[in-house]
Amino acid sequence: MTRAGRVLGSLALAVLLLAAPVAAQQPATPISESEAYEIASQLRCVVCQNLSVADSPSEMASQMRELVRERLRAGENREQVMQYFVDRYGEWILLAPRRSGFNLLVWVLPVVAVVVGLGIVALLLRRWTRGASSPAVAAPALDPAMRERIRREVERDE
Amino acid sequence: MTKLWRWLIPLSAIPVLVLLAYGFRVNPRDVPSPLVGRPAAPFALQGFDGSPVSLAAHRGKVVVVNFWASWCYPACYEEAPVLERGWRGYRDRGLVVIGVDIQDTPEAGQKFIRDFGLTFPNARDPAGKVSIDYGVYGVPETFFVDRKGRIRAKHVGAVTDDVLKKHVEPLLAEPA
Amino acid sequence: MWGALEGSIVLWAWMLSLYTLLLILRHRENARDLYPWALSVMLGVLSFFVLVMTLPAPPFERLTPIPANGRGLNPLLEDTGMITHPVALYLGFTGFTVPFAFAMAALATGRLSDAWIATTRRWTIVAWYFLSLGLLIGGWWSYHVLGWGGYWAWDPVENAAFMPWLTGTAFLHSVMIQERRRMLKLWNVGLVVMTFALTLFGTFLTRSGVIASVHAFTQGTIGVFFLSFLALVVLLALALLAFRWDDLRGQGSLDSVISRESTFLLNNVMLVAAAFTVFFGTVFPLVSEALRGVKVSVGAPFFNQVNVPLFLALIFLMGVGPLIAWRRASVDNLKRNFLWPVLIGIVSAAVFFALGIRSTLAVLTFALTMFVAATVALDLVRATRARLRMQERLIPAVGGLLLRHNRRYGGFLVHVGILVIAVGVTGSHAWSVQTETTLKTGETATLAGYSFRFDGLRASEESNHFKVTGAFTVTNGTTRAVTLLPAKKFYPQEQSPIAYVDYRLGLVDDLYLVLGDFARDGSQATVKMQVNRLVSWIWIGGLILTLGAALAILPDRKPAR
Repeated sequence: MTRAGRVLGSLALAVLLLAAPVAAQQPATPISESEAYEIASQLRCVVCQNLSVADSPSEMASQMRELVRERLRAGENREQVMQYFVDRYGEWILLAPRRSGFNLLVWVLPVVAVVVGLGIVALLLRRWTRGASSPAVAAPALDPAMRERIRREVERDE
Repeated sequence: MTKLWRWLIPLSAIPVLVLLAYGFRVNPRDVPSPLVGRPAAPFALQGFDGSPVSLAAHRGKVVVVNFWASWCYPACYEEAPVLERGWRGYRDRGLVVIGVDIQDTPEAGQKFIRDFGLTFPNARDPAGKVSIDYGVYGVPETFFVDRKGRIRAKHVGAVTDDVLKKHVEPLLAEPA
Repeated sequence: MWGALEGSIVLWAWMLSLYTLLLILRHRENARDLYPWALSVMLGVLSFFVLVMTLPAPPFERLTPIPANGRGLNPLLEDTGMITHPVALYLGFTGFTVPFAFAMAALATGRLSDAWIATTRRWTIVAWYFLSLGLLIGGWWSYHVLGWGGYWAWDPVENAAFMPWLTGTAFLHSVMIQERRRMLKLWNVGLVVMTFALTLFGTFLTRSGVIASVHAFTQGTIGVFFLSFLALVVLLALALLAFRWDDLRGQGSLDSVISRESTFLLNNVMLVAAAFTVFFGTVFPLVSEALRGVKVSVGAPFFNQVNVPLFLALIFLMGVGPLIAWRRASVDNLKRNFLWPVLIGIVSAAVFFALGIRSTLAVLTFALTMFVAATVALDLVRATRARLRMQERLIPAVGGLLLRHNRRYGGFLVHVGILVIAVGVTGSHAWSVQTETTLKTGETATLAGYSFRFDGLRASEESNHFKVTGAFTVTNGTTRAVTLLPAKKFYPQEQSPIAYVDYRLGLVDDLYLVLGDFARDGSQATVKMQVNRLVSWIWIGGLILTLGAALAILPDRKPAR
């Protein structure tokens, strides 16, 4: 494309988008904007790579946000609105997989990881503390003031 | 025996590596539509020429629903002549092409239709409702609806003559 | 500069050679046993990147046909944040090659004493610091350029950088146990291998396009190269580790469960569990598709829910770890160090609740933060007092303290930085509000006590784009009126317009405006208005963290034990 062509192209594009539709309807019955936001933030913006419908500045996302509001106004609940999108786009559109069936795996494994990790640490601690505990306890009797001083010295060096 | 189990450590990495290698075989952008096999959602829009455009009006025909936009260059520009050709060639056998212009302005859409001399029904989807109802990700996307009103296939990207033929011929052969 | 795929490989190789050079200069003399091996590993990794540069991704290949104005940089990248972000991030990524190289050297030579740990400590902090900085700058860039009002999206690429950060953090802590108690040798080598493998995995993820992400560049042979190299590194390293298994298995012994050692172990469990969670969440779409044939997404709502408890536990441990005694904490020690902080934590929870904060998460985070802050303050005050008693003045006393125990107080400062970041993250999640409305010129919308007046649209032709700017005047009755000018830029080479956000940062409230659609006659426009709370704390925390890391990197003043 020539330079002039590019400028023309950009102008054409600008004019085109200047006239983009402006959604100006006011809600008929008041709906909770935060509920709409919550739902939109659970949905994946389909034209972006990894943003939610709530966050994306794209036109598609803003149309989807409007649709969410509209369905809420029509009396649907959160689950129904989400199901509407899942029916059309597949589970892919949910940013957090549902906690059922195979998807349970992704929710459960982190918990398992923590439990196993804590279990291993508990086992190790038990093994490591068993052998060594008695000699350390048999520390020579010091008067409390002396002990306090030693501790302070030691801790300052840490 | 006790010596051997430690070699499980390096071996444990293998499933992960295999999984990642598997990743090469899939395209993350290619998401199958759950709508294929389901009844096509009805819609009624106002055409660019002012006449109503609806799916219901073409019951019993094979309908190609094509989502496009004038800013979708080059794919939409490539497929527009293909769709026009297909529509002219197959209309006598019971095929309708419906164009749905999304995320676009009336003027730009109008110009696009004029430039390509499109004669099949074309309508704007101003609030994006039809496109979302069809689970559209981007443009161009094309749905093939059979004579019974079911979505039988979805094509993402520019439609070519071959793609059109492949999807349309068998549907036209089916009884109403 | 470092655009796209090829540029990033060049940058990577360049950073790595820088590290290699530094390694040669620093350790040629003082680490004779490990040096040759470590250098070979570094050069091995480097040659891989050079190989990638020559074969699948040559950086300077000519474009055909030659575009008239160059190919053009993605306009989103025209920002200083985008120039510094990859540099910092890659300095972090490549920095972890050094500890990895020394760990491999230790495994190869069988000199598994603590020499490699001592040698690499500062390297690790440097790498860790740059990685942190890279993450923060990335967040800043996302916040002020991308225009979606957030700083962290749990994008695969962000996750890719976050995972090595988590394991690297775990390593920084568990190293201390090895230094003191000659324990956890195996675990530390494992952590280093894990961290380095994760940096490679991160690069693989972003460069191969296997998982959809904003940053994924291409799908091509480069992914195969990276995966093969990743496989080679992981299998070789783990095989070496298995080979030296017996030498690495230390005879551990601890005096008590209530000790700093066990706190650090818990910290490691939490950090590695968090890394695992992020990893599994990131690859789960692949797992699902491979095993079930269904595409799913794993995004922000998942990661937030799963990681928050882990991070809260980490904050708590952050308070306990530095003050609890090594070996065995007596009741006396616990009482002395934690009585006041715990009380302060509880009282502040009550105060926050009384102030009307009803988000459990926010109350919990802030109370924990106060607890940790109190432990740090308590320790600082005590140590300063001890110095004052030795006839020092206040300023030199504090200064001397910080410098003499730079590692300890550098660490403390980093902790404080993390706390401040945690406050910012929690606050922005709990209290940010936003709305989207269409305004006619002269109309006003209100949000969170601010009123936003739409003063009109203006179009202008800029050097390389066409720009439509909306003017908004924001007032809240008390402060001076602020004019914000969000815009939309139309670049000829881009399909859709780029939103240019305008914002006013504040200590508590950020005003943040994104221009949406507008009427072509300029009479009305849709605007997304956000009042984001406490986001600035994240950047302030980053500065504190920088200071802390700098302090910790300073050479030790006391002779090595």
